[in-house]
Amino acid sequence: MSESYEATVTDPVSAPMTCDSNPVEEWLRMDRMPHIWCPGCGIGTSVNCFTRAIEESSLDRKNIAIVSGIGCTGRVAGYLLLDSFHTTHGRALPFATGLKLASPKTKVVVYSGDGDLFAIGGNHFIHAARRNLDMTVLCVNNFNYGMTGGQVAPTTPEFAIASTTPYGSVERPFNLPYLAQSCGAVYVARWTVYHVKQLQRSIREALEKPGFTFIEMVAPCPTLFVRRNRLGDGLAALESYEENAVIKNGADTRECDLGMGGPIVCGKFVDIDRPSYLSNQVAHLRKVLGDRYVMPDAWQGVVQ
Amino acid sequence: MVETKKSAAPKAPKGHVVINTERCKGCGFCAQFCPTGVLAMSKGFNLKGYHPPIIADAAKCSGCGLCGMYCPDFAIYGVKNGRKPESGDL
Ligand SMILES: Cc1ncc(C[n+]2csc(CCOP(=O)(O)OP(=O)(O)O)c2C)c(N)n1
Ligand code: SF4
Ligand code: SF4
Ligand code: SF4
Ligand SMILES: [Mg+2]
Repeated sequence: MSESYEATVTDPVSAPMTCDSNPVEEWLRMDRMPHIWCPGCGIGTSVNCFTRAIEESSLDRKNIAIVSGIGCTGRVAGYLLLDSFHTTHGRALPFATGLKLASPKTKVVVYSGDGDLFAIGGNHFIHAARRNLDMTVLCVNNFNYGMTGGQVAPTTPEFAIASTTPYGSVERPFNLPYLAQSCGAVYVARWTVYHVKQLQRSIREALEKPGFTFIEMVAPCPTLFVRRNRLGDGLAALESYEENAVIKNGADTRECDLGMGGPIVCGKFVDIDRPSYLSNQVAHLRKVLGDRYVMPDAWQGVVQ
Repeated sequence: MVETKKSAAPKAPKGHVVINTERCKGCGFCAQFCPTGVLAMSKGFNLKGYHPPIIADAAKCSGCGLCGMYCPDFAIYGVKNGRKPESGDL
């Protein structure tokens, strides 16, 4: 077994293994590879789902902008070969909001971690969802602050161990789908990175739907959260997702809490229509101002 | 002339898989989630000290591309035989 592999190491020229045309590479800034993510980290798997979703979608890649905050997940903006911006910690949504208002034709995607989006950036999240801004928010939930050493996050399950909760967290975590729905998101789903095909399909749906669309992507942080809670490695985490997932499309989001070792309810929970911030603004100002209303140039032909 | 039944002839594999061993970090996702058991984890090391996957049974590869979808390090991909991988592939 190892012999045939050894041959490829000692004799790279005759090695049959090359990687010139991995289909994901056209979506990556290959000059930035290898990436910083640890072995078995789920962020890379989520990126595979994302790039395949864009390929499959009707979106023009020149029109997509990807915005991240700070964290291991925040690195995604720097690795994808798309227009991108790596904002300060927690501020992906304010940046994305400004970008969308200035350039409504751009498909704005926020790709960030649970800490970035729901701890320091939580206030921005609730208002972006409330306004129904046209954007897709993809959150890698690895249940802790990966980048800074595994501190407790607003998503850390009750009684789980983090670097700042050595005896277990006693806080009740956010149930992200319930939060997103309550605040006004028109599309809400949760998948784990074990569910690659379902996640790909869901990301595509979210990208193509107008309004504020949100997907929670449950992923392992094997170096910190998984190890500290003695759950094995990244592979063991994916196997536990396979075992614990309960696929329930249309589930009541109030029943989607995540606990240690408990069921992981996955599926598409919300898919409704509601006027977006931009279209609502235009319709209302036209009504109250009549001919005096002048639509911003960048909005012409884009916002109905 | 010896006649061979069609079913006795070995079928050409439907797909193949390509591994970039030096980019691999040995997480094992690809081998675990390949639906047909094409891959196994090597006992050998790559230059960074990780155990990469090896092709244990190439004939079983369907080219479904799931290994590439799971790989967090973009180190492996599968493709259907008879055509180049396209952007629309898995
Ligand atoms: C204003 C500010 N406060 C704190 C930090 C330190 N910091 C960097 S990343 C991070 C949390 C990241 O957690 P998460 O968003 O879950 O990303 P992950 O690394 O888990 O993917 C923190 C607190 C910072 N960079 N800036
Ligand atoms: S610290 Fe955790 S989240 Fe960050 S790259 Fe490593 S495994 Fe991934
Ligand atoms: S999934 Fe990728 S990184 Fe993990 S073992 Fe397979 S090739 Fe290596
Ligand atoms: S392409 Fe599919 S069948 Fe072939 S090795 Fe990869 S996962 Fe297995
Ligand atoms: Mg996190």
